[in-house]
Amino acid sequence: MHELSIAMSIVEIAAEYAEKDNSDKVLEIEIEVGELSGIVVEALDFAMDAAVKNTICENAKWMISIVEARAKCSSTGKTYKVQSLYSPCPFCKKFGHELIAGKELRVRSILVE
Amino acid sequence: MCDTCGCGQADEVSIRKPGKEMGKHVHTHEHKEIVHTHSHEPGESPHHHHHDHSHAHAQGREILVEQDVLMKNNLLAERNRGYFEAKNLIALNLVSSPGSGKTSLLERTISDLKDQHQFYVIEGDQQTMNDAERINKTGTEVVQINTGEGCHLDSDMVRNAIKELNIGKPGFLMIENVGNLVCPALFDLGESKRVVIMSTTEGEDKPAKYPTMFQSADLCVINKIDLLPYLDFDMQVAKDYAMKVNPDLKFIELSVRSGDGMEVWYSWLNNLKH
Repeated sequence: MHELSIAMSIVEIAAEYAEKDNSDKVLEIEIEVGELSGIVVEALDFAMDAAVKNTICENAKWMISIVEARAKCSSTGKTYKVQSLYSPCPFCKKFGHELIAGKELRVRSILVE
Repeated sequence: MCDTCGCGQADEVSIRKPGKEMGKHVHTHEHKEIVHTHSHEPGESPHHHHHDHSHAHAQGREILVEQDVLMKNNLLAERNRGYFEAKNLIALNLVSSPGSGKTSLLERTISDLKDQHQFYVIEGDQQTMNDAERINKTGTEVVQINTGEGCHLDSDMVRNAIKELNIGKPGFLMIENVGNLVCPALFDLGESKRVVIMSTTEGEDKPAKYPTMFQSADLCVINKIDLLPYLDFDMQVAKDYAMKVNPDLKFIELSVRSGDGMEVWYSWLNNLKH
């Protein structure tokens, strides 16, 4: 459900950057979503449909790239790929890691006319 | 209904004090019909979630944005944080699923501690003034945010709500978020601490099912311990799940109804003071 407010923020950011560049039409929006960002990609995709209506992004296509989640173990210092927020370190089996990637939620670039 | 424009749309945010007319009406909707039409050709897959986006654009100029989508919320949250610090307020963001006992916890805490501390309350719900009216009976300054269709509070709503409160003496600002363990996790409100409340009538695996919320919390209050003899709830299992997600999480077991464990919660609050 929060994906709709996220989608609206994405459209707002895209429109702001396009207007700063004196463009009134956004053709593409490139979005980066981390695997553990708390966003359901399908829900975001669905919400984008509604969020772009009646904006300069109305005819834009969007691409959502998914960023793999990686963590650094607080005990061994090793980095590894994680599936969830509670994945143990595969080397020492302990819980408690620092996420180094996978929390991303950003607009990477836009393409304007 | 919206008193500014007369529309009956439900997805508007309203901020209101008990016994008062609509205080602040935050207009986020436009009076345009949102029609779900798909502009894609039949058979064409809609939007692609791809991992290897090639930068071969047929036309147009590419603008590098690199902006965090939540940046606006986070900036406003920092602004709130600065305001709370200047006013000597300790702000707590109380999050949980519906029915865990957030409002009851607040009512009892305020009743027990109101001679020692000043409290201010922001209530967040999709609809109704019920919670604000309950808090109002304790004689505490309270404002209700109704998010309409919204599933969480954001820092802008809190910023607007604070303007409705008469902040005088230093004390605690208790922000009761919308009952939801998913969405509020992503939205910093400018709080000093985030408190997640769960109750023994819920499954022990709540922290595993909703890890983002438990990961972002500083304290986990486990309410309704007076019901433990009648339930199969395993306290240690619940804590173990939460510790896997957040090894630094602290726990307080209590019952708002019986009063057991409330003194531990009060000393946690007192320790935040200095």
